[in-house]
Amino acid sequence: MSLSESPTIEVKDLKTYFFTKGGIARAVDGVSFSVGRGKVLGLVGESGSGKTVTGFSILGLVDEPGRIVGGEILYRGENLVSASPDRMRELRGVNISMIFQDPMMTLNPVLRIDTQMIEALQAHESISKDDARQRARDVLGQVGIASPDERLRSYPHQFSGGMRQRVAIAIALLNKPDLIVADEPTTALDVTIQGQILYEVQKLCSQTGTALIWITHDLSVVAGLADDICVMYAGRIVEQGSVNSVLDKPMHPYTDGLISSVPSRNKRGVPLAQIPGMAPSLLKLPKGCSFGPRCAHFSNACDSIPDISNYENGRQIRCHNPLGAGTTLRVTD
Amino acid sequence: MSVFIIRRLMQSALVVVIMSFIVFSGVFLVGDPVEILVSDDADQEEREMMIKSMGLDKPFLVQYGIFISKAIRGDLGDSFVFQEPALLLILDRMPATMELAVVALLIAIVFGIPLGVWAGLKPESLASKSIMTGSILGFSLPTFWVGIMMILLFAVVLGWLPSTGRGDVQIILGMPISVFSWDGFSHVLMPAVNLALFKLSMVIRLARAGTREVMHQDYIKFARAKGLKEQRIILVHVLKNILIPVVTVLGLEFGGLVAFSVVTETVFAWPGMGKLLIDSIGLLDRPIIVAYLMIIVFLFVLINLLVDICYSILDPRVRLQDIKS
Amino acid sequence: MTTAENNMESEEKGYEGVQTPLRRFLSDFCEAKLAVVGFFTILAIALVAIMAPFIAPTDPYDLATVSVLDSRLAPGEAMMNGTTAHLGTDGAGRDMVSAMIYGLRISLGVGIGSGLIAMLIGISFGLLSAYAGGKIDSIFMRIVDIQLSFPAILVALVLLVTLGKGVDKTIIALVVVQWAYYARTIRGTALVERRREYIESAVCLGLSKNRIMFRHLLPNCLAPMIVVGTMQIAHAISLEATLSFLGLGMPQTEPSLGRLISNGFEYILSGKYWISVYPGIALLVTIVSINLVGDRLRDVLNPRLQK
Ligand SMILES: Nc1ncnc2c1ncn2[C@@H]1O[C@H](COP(=O)(O)OP(=O)(O)OP(=O)(O)O)[C@@H](O)[C@H]1O
Ligand code: SF4
Ligand SMILES: [Mg+2]
Repeated sequence: MSLSESPTIEVKDLKTYFFTKGGIARAVDGVSFSVGRGKVLGLVGESGSGKTVTGFSILGLVDEPGRIVGGEILYRGENLVSASPDRMRELRGVNISMIFQDPMMTLNPVLRIDTQMIEALQAHESISKDDARQRARDVLGQVGIASPDERLRSYPHQFSGGMRQRVAIAIALLNKPDLIVADEPTTALDVTIQGQILYEVQKLCSQTGTALIWITHDLSVVAGLADDICVMYAGRIVEQGSVNSVLDKPMHPYTDGLISSVPSRNKRGVPLAQIPGMAPSLLKLPKGCSFGPRCAHFSNACDSIPDISNYENGRQIRCHNPLGAGTTLRVTD
Repeated sequence: MSVFIIRRLMQSALVVVIMSFIVFSGVFLVGDPVEILVSDDADQEEREMMIKSMGLDKPFLVQYGIFISKAIRGDLGDSFVFQEPALLLILDRMPATMELAVVALLIAIVFGIPLGVWAGLKPESLASKSIMTGSILGFSLPTFWVGIMMILLFAVVLGWLPSTGRGDVQIILGMPISVFSWDGFSHVLMPAVNLALFKLSMVIRLARAGTREVMHQDYIKFARAKGLKEQRIILVHVLKNILIPVVTVLGLEFGGLVAFSVVTETVFAWPGMGKLLIDSIGLLDRPIIVAYLMIIVFLFVLINLLVDICYSILDPRVRLQDIKS
Repeated sequence: MTTAENNMESEEKGYEGVQTPLRRFLSDFCEAKLAVVGFFTILAIALVAIMAPFIAPTDPYDLATVSVLDSRLAPGEAMMNGTTAHLGTDGAGRDMVSAMIYGLRISLGVGIGSGLIAMLIGISFGLLSAYAGGKIDSIFMRIVDIQLSFPAILVALVLLVTLGKGVDKTIIALVVVQWAYYARTIRGTALVERRREYIESAVCLGLSKNRIMFRHLLPNCLAPMIVVGTMQIAHAISLEATLSFLGLGMPQTEPSLGRLISNGFEYILSGKYWISVYPGIALLVTIVSINLVGDRLRDVLNPRLQK
């Protein structure tokens, strides 16, 4: 990971809160990371940990009653948190695009696919309908949709979930963005297609230098695809670092739990480990470390919220009692 | 698709037959038309002749049978009062009513959809709340009273608009139409607005509810993520989605508009079939009442059919189902 | 620190959450000031209608005191018997204030009466339909569908043409027009509720069908009934006025608000506005108030809209 080149996106201490009737939900609470050109960041964490909200924050699409209340999002040095709505609109779809979590809901049911693709092109450049259609056709082919001409004239309901997600991915790729936020884009796809899409996306990133934030539950996808990984828990990043070092030697008890709960060949016959308990409600976070009630390494120190500590190889951990701390050097600065 | 249409047609025919029976038996019980038609000094013989000539001496079911067999041939009986075919009398008045209803419908759509969408986009704003309170008013105001107040204000006090009648008509496509001349338009305006008020409130509510629902959908957010302008999102993505329920309901309500024009036509002395109906009720002119109701039944069934077809054009999901079935 | 604060906050919320459903309903309802105003207006109007004989300056039905010589007096002029007609007199020489109070009584009576009867009939048929299911259900619902596809005004019109004029006949016509709305609403709600667990558990406990229907289903169908009921009563009042205006419904001797407006219509062109305007305003205030309350009730009682 080279720090010399300025990253495509740099998120610094981002805070996005939802001001609900029941109280304030700190969905994203002090998240920092950066992704360089052509790099892939895997963002993992349980349901409700704030992954999607992080993605929406970057695109400036946080819905009421949510608001970005602090931090910076630097896209090539430009702070998006303070950017005007018009500027954000210019950037969205061209420079930064997003693939949504639920493919069944992302396409407008009453508009044809070609309408929805062509408008994405025409919103940003003056391009003729025919040229735009041609581009749409090419990209559809790229994501593995057979007979794209015919498909362009279809409505979303004529597609399966997997096909819809591919259309959504194609729309995200249309304008060759610098940054793609992909929110569990392959969860709805079957394994072969998943591999194909992963391959395509990876190729695109390395060829065009697109930075990618890949949100997922699936550690094995991250292992094969990402350069860096951020593990989120209850709105905070609890561990981050390069994929290899984090997956090989997890230091946060939560990451460790996640990894041991993944089924794999060499663990056959051994009962799968599970993280006990349930993810906490953001409205009622436990005192101190939010992972505390579920943590096997809980100590008295954990009654206060742990800070981020830096370790060698650029790893960061938010824990009072990190695992294997003796073997990894803590970096103080 | 054609199977679907044929099945729908058969259903419709059944409804028409059932309704014809209900209408006929209902109206059969109305007063004694002979009392009205025969002059006071007529003797018994004259009365009986009258009764015979109108077929009123036969048993009820026979009368209904005769009515149906004639109705199929387009003969709904002669008006007791005008001595002319009731159907023709009504068809003669129909264009006026239709014009009124269509203009009212247009007013409801042209003003209702933008207001409703606007209220739906900013549900907490003062403007939105005023629009919604206004729409409650529109629901609550009894049409006839608003009509009277409009006459009082615009015709009596201000003297801007004529209070009664239809004004100049031009023959367009064989039908007399008022709206295309200034005089005619000035006559249509008040009754049409009057008739539209209720539906206007309804369109506003439908459009607002639809907008609020659609705005929360993921595909709107995705459209934003594509970097579309807000204008396009609202005019294309939102509007096309809310048009489906609005068009359905409005289509179905067109019949209601025609029916409710009975009131507006009475207030503004608009020479349509609704006014003819009310006049005929006063005169106990049974064939006209029956003919009017049959035409309305027919109209309703027709509208239901058309709405289904329009719906399938607007909503691709429905179209596919039809093709399958 | 922040977490501790957060905990405190949620505990406070917890205490607020203990409020009873009724209190919560009331506080939700009162959030909309217009609806509260509407509610108290209805109360006032109902009081006036009930107390009509004691409040009204004259008895508009008493032919002995009504004099044609008093007809069409402008507001504020004195009548033959010395009382001032604050809102003028109508074509028959009735004091408008009195006529309106009595008219309000009739309008409200017919509207609420027909609404309640229709509700009773609708609930019975709707519950029966939902509970019986099968053929009975589909026949009932077919009838309801056909009835509802025709505009209320026409159905009522035909009925009144057949039946003639009078309070009872008007009520019958309005009941026929309305019952189907109740039946459909309650059937829909009952079908949803029936599938819920507690009905099943009630069946398991061996409770009798009647008991299940009235003890368990009915309370849960109450909310939609209240909402439909308020809206329908407003609708019935408006419909009665319209029918009376068309010359059907209430007879000349017992003028409802609609009939009063209708009577004044012939004098409108000569500028004698008060005969139509004031009863209209009374009618309007009544209906708007009911609708404001109904609208708010729908928002508050609709579980889908609750966050
Ligand atoms: N519109 C909203 N209103 C209130 N709270 C919200 C809203 N959207 C998100 N949140 C809060 O933000 C938290 C994080 O949500 P988010 O969708 O980012 O989770 P996620 O990590 O993407 O989970 P998943 O894996 O299930 O997609 C949720 O637990 C919720 O409390
Ligand atoms: S801070 Fe304590 S409770 Fe939290 S993860 Fe680390 S050891 Fe577990
Ligand atoms: Mg998510």
